[in-house]
Amino acid sequence: MTDLTDELDAGTVFRWLTTAAASVEREADVLTELDAAIGDADHGSNLQRGFAAVVTALGKESPGAPGAVLVLAGRQLVSSVGGASGPLYGTLLRRTGKALGDPERVTGRELADALRIGVDAVAQLGGAAPGDKTMLDALYPGVEALSAGGPDPYAAARTAADEGAQATVPMRARKGRASYLGDRSVGHKDPGATSSALLFTALAGAVADE
Amino acid sequence: MKMLINVPENVVADALRGVAAAHPELTVDVANRVVVRRDSPVADKVGLVSGGGSGHEPLHGGFVGRGMLDAACPGEVFTSPVPDQMTRAAAAVDSGKGVLFVVKNYTGDVLNFDMAAELAEDEGIQVGKVLVQDDVAVTDSDFTAGRRGTGGTLFVEKIAGALAEEGAPLERVEAMARQVSESCRSFGVALSSCTTPSKGSPTFDLPAGELELGIGIHGESGRERRPMMTSGEIADFATDAVLTDLDPDGPVLLLVNGMGATPLLELYGFCAEVRRVLDERRVPVARTLVGNYVTSLDMAGASVTICRADEEMLRLYDAPVSTASLRWGC
Repeated sequence: MTDLTDELDAGTVFRWLTTAAASVEREADVLTELDAAIGDADHGSNLQRGFAAVVTALGKESPGAPGAVLVLAGRQLVSSVGGASGPLYGTLLRRTGKALGDPERVTGRELADALRIGVDAVAQLGGAAPGDKTMLDALYPGVEALSAGGPDPYAAARTAADEGAQATVPMRARKGRASYLGDRSVGHKDPGATSSALLFTALAGAVADE
Repeated sequence: MKMLINVPENVVADALRGVAAAHPELTVDVANRVVVRRDSPVADKVGLVSGGGSGHEPLHGGFVGRGMLDAACPGEVFTSPVPDQMTRAAAAVDSGKGVLFVVKNYTGDVLNFDMAAELAEDEGIQVGKVLVQDDVAVTDSDFTAGRRGTGGTLFVEKIAGALAEEGAPLERVEAMARQVSESCRSFGVALSSCTTPSKGSPTFDLPAGELELGIGIHGESGRERRPMMTSGEIADFATDAVLTDLDPDGPVLLLVNGMGATPLLELYGFCAEVRRVLDERRVPVARTLVGNYVTSLDMAGASVTICRADEEMLRLYDAPVSTASLRWGC
């Protein structure tokens, strides 16, 4: 069990992102199917391409600080994904990484605070708020559960993000391509919230492997 | 679904290699996905750069050339390009007079072009930007991402491109592009779904006897589904949707655009019906363009774009253009 006082290093973040890449690879078809229902059927393949680029870049350079690993990964996503998810996920990782700064070890508390800054940056860039049926509906519950601490905050964050993604089903989309559907977006799970939940699952997995 | 491709991952790069083979007047950077006029940067001329997801060909690459775009940045299929592409294109076409980004209003395109504009400005390139948001099928409100950019993009790129070719400064080219953008309205219908290469099966299910009114160019849903209608009935519905929003008081440009899989025989028949509606409404049509210009892969269907045009816009529309897919007066 890992709590927020435990420290993480670049290796943990590296494992977090490679785990995320593997789950995006595994879930790509599911994400694309969700996107076909209320968007344009490319979310899975786009993130697959982006996280593959992240893994390649991290294989070439291996930054020694958690912050630097996240900044490098974020840049790769911006440069390789396109669509809305490229800038949004790229911003999430880059801003989280910048907030962590240069230290070679950071606490879980510091990661939780930095993630909140990253999620706020996503909200600002996309102009969305919780309840709009976007990735924020998984990111905010995830980061809040993480910040709440407790005996196993990473598992709590994973559960909260999953539940947040599931809670997008009855929502009416107000941002992004699904917003054009109006009421017809109701009844579908948001693909962005679904992929965001994968990030928290990957984080919980990476920390548990410590 | 059978497709004339090698592997889905390479469709964009393969097409760009074909563009390079067919069009020596263009410089095609296949690795970085930028299509540029070979004579770039044209001295003392504002550079026009556009881009967007692939799958809408000939938009945008087919419109690169004298009198229209200086560069196009194709993204993955239905996915906006990344900022690196647009900054690379801006650097290639900037003569020192600045660059105008023509951006269709989709969340991804807007975010990536915004990031690119910041990066280009950091490199000392003056950047203007115009959003195309002509699709009346979706409501423009705080509750949506705003109207989508579709067929009006052609008029914006043609008219602003002609003004740039005359050597007008960035502020004027940008103002003209904005004027054209605000003067355009479009409405599209789908008779069948498109199929993206990566998914390999139709994006949406449209029963054999139905059509989707108000379709987006990525297969996004429109206003409603109805039992299949005749060309005349579709023309009535689509033209009415456009005119309800536009209310022209003078001459207009008309684009009757195919979505990709509708034969020209049907498109011209549809054009006749749209003209009938416009005649009934006493809307004077100054120019008419018919063809597949802003497509949605293999979707069957069509869109109607109407653009209010003053004399200056008409003059610029008529000005010579020499691109792969639009060519006249030269």
